[in-house]
Amino acid sequence: MTTITSTATAGETSGGYPSGGPRRSVLTTLLGRQPLGMAFAAPYAVFLAAVFAYPLGLAAWISFHDYFFTAPGAAVERPFVGFDNYTAALSDPGVRRSFLNVLVFLVINVPLTVVLSLLLATALNAAIRGRTFLRVSYYVPYVSASVAVVAVWLFLFSNNGMVNQLLGPLAPDPSWLVNSKAAMPLIALFVTWKQLGFFILLYLAALQGVPKELYESASMDGAGKFQSLRNVTIPGVRPATTLVVILSTITGANLFTEPYLLTNGGGPNGASTSPVFVMYQRGIEQGNPDVAAAIGVILVLGVLAISLVNKRLLERG
Amino acid sequence: MSRSWPRVVLLVLGAAVFLFPFYYMLVGSLQGEPDTSLAGAFPTGGFTLDNYVAINDRVDLVRSLVNSGIFTGGVILCTVVLGVLAGYALARLHFRGGGTLFAVMLLVQVVPFQLLIIPLYVMIVRSYGLADSYLGMILPFAINSTAVFIFRQFFLQLPEDLFSAARIAGAGELRILWSIALPLVKPALLTAVLVTFIGPWNEFLWPFLITKEAGLQPLAVSLANYISNVAGRAANPYGAILAGACVLAAPAVALFVAFQKHFTASDIGSGVKG
Repeated sequence: MTTITSTATAGETSGGYPSGGPRRSVLTTLLGRQPLGMAFAAPYAVFLAAVFAYPLGLAAWISFHDYFFTAPGAAVERPFVGFDNYTAALSDPGVRRSFLNVLVFLVINVPLTVVLSLLLATALNAAIRGRTFLRVSYYVPYVSASVAVVAVWLFLFSNNGMVNQLLGPLAPDPSWLVNSKAAMPLIALFVTWKQLGFFILLYLAALQGVPKELYESASMDGAGKFQSLRNVTIPGVRPATTLVVILSTITGANLFTEPYLLTNGGGPNGASTSPVFVMYQRGIEQGNPDVAAAIGVILVLGVLAISLVNKRLLERG
Repeated sequence: MSRSWPRVVLLVLGAAVFLFPFYYMLVGSLQGEPDTSLAGAFPTGGFTLDNYVAINDRVDLVRSLVNSGIFTGGVILCTVVLGVLAGYALARLHFRGGGTLFAVMLLVQVVPFQLLIIPLYVMIVRSYGLADSYLGMILPFAINSTAVFIFRQFFLQLPEDLFSAARIAGAGELRILWSIALPLVKPALLTAVLVTFIGPWNEFLWPFLITKEAGLQPLAVSLANYISNVAGRAANPYGAILAGACVLAAPAVALFVAFQKHFTASDIGSGVKG
């Protein structure tokens, strides 16, 4: 997970020389007042170029060519094939299923994440006693490896696991992880649970920025707790909500470990596959990196579209 | 106080939901026979370390932990050394391309890493032949952008006078960074290390893709392979899996509990208040 900012602006760099006598030369205008900064930032810039910018371009390039794995250094022809890889990807029922699955995932995960993390952050913001303990216990799942926590969920939700023992006759049949209707929702619940601590922290930070006077004047106007949540808190943390929605959408689009381990490779019958899991299967297991790259491009365009729509809706509402 | 009881119930219930799986992980890893009844979650005796022995037979725990450590340590080292330089430059130096670099840094954080797995796999495994190597594992994660962002935020908060005075006195930028700025942002270093740690330590997909050799796999990968391949044949598969899970989760949980002061809302959300 990452933290991003929506408000910080570029170029807050402040000048180095005292205002008395700035030496203006052609070199200064060309390279900036402290060209040494270029040297300081160079390793990071090279890293970003090599590990993000270039691969991003390469992904797009691969998706428009007939690309296959070769031995290092082998020169082979990779003809341009237009949108062939995209049509191959989109006409593959397995790929379509995985996109549908991730949509189901997002419909459950994103609203649940926003509501629960805002609710818990608001409650935590007011609590004094045991606040540290509570805060830490909320982010413990977030800092733990997916592989480790998936292991417990496997145990809890297995056929004879504790959850089914407690539910008794109400347990789903077939059991959770092998039930084509329950598998994806369970993965969505798992990811909500795992990531919630991070989003609670984001909301806690945002809540510090809501002026206390607003709550005071709301309660003087006779507003109850629910009303001040609706009229003060929710509008006050709107930028954070936009961020939470976008980041949880990205997390959802990145889904891989959970379908791979929790439902044993996206089972049953592909009911819980994810686009990234299909990318791995088609691209690396079956040796079609070109089709996999096309799936990746479609996925990112989808995430971008969903994020933009959400941003519009949230900022207007 | 009576007014706030729904809040207390909500918070405590929440904490239970978050912590119970970890408690259950530990209990399950210490039981010889899996007992999935509710009472089985609160055993009074019969604890054994057999599961840890069992998982260690199938997955070389020490070897895997060392691999996880090298992978994570390499990333933290690169991030701290090169990320501090970049963060300092972005916060305090005026140079051509600084604005662009900052914009790219923010953009990078919303690019889903998974989109890049195919081209990165092509580059690192096929073009450079770095499969089954620590370097190949570390490269895509080498400098954590969130950490660079945290460094920049902390350097920005220092008063400008400090820097202009040092410059008038003739100190070079490297000297200013090392002897003046860095000592003042020590808390940021710890926060950045914590944030960076959870990336490679918990990462599964990338090392899974590029390591076929068991002797090089980080614990997350070797445990996942155990879960998906071998588990069905073990005597008490869940016990062994949970034992491995405890070993994998413990360092991260311990670090974050010990240094919880450095992982708070204001550290993480410094950019979202506006």
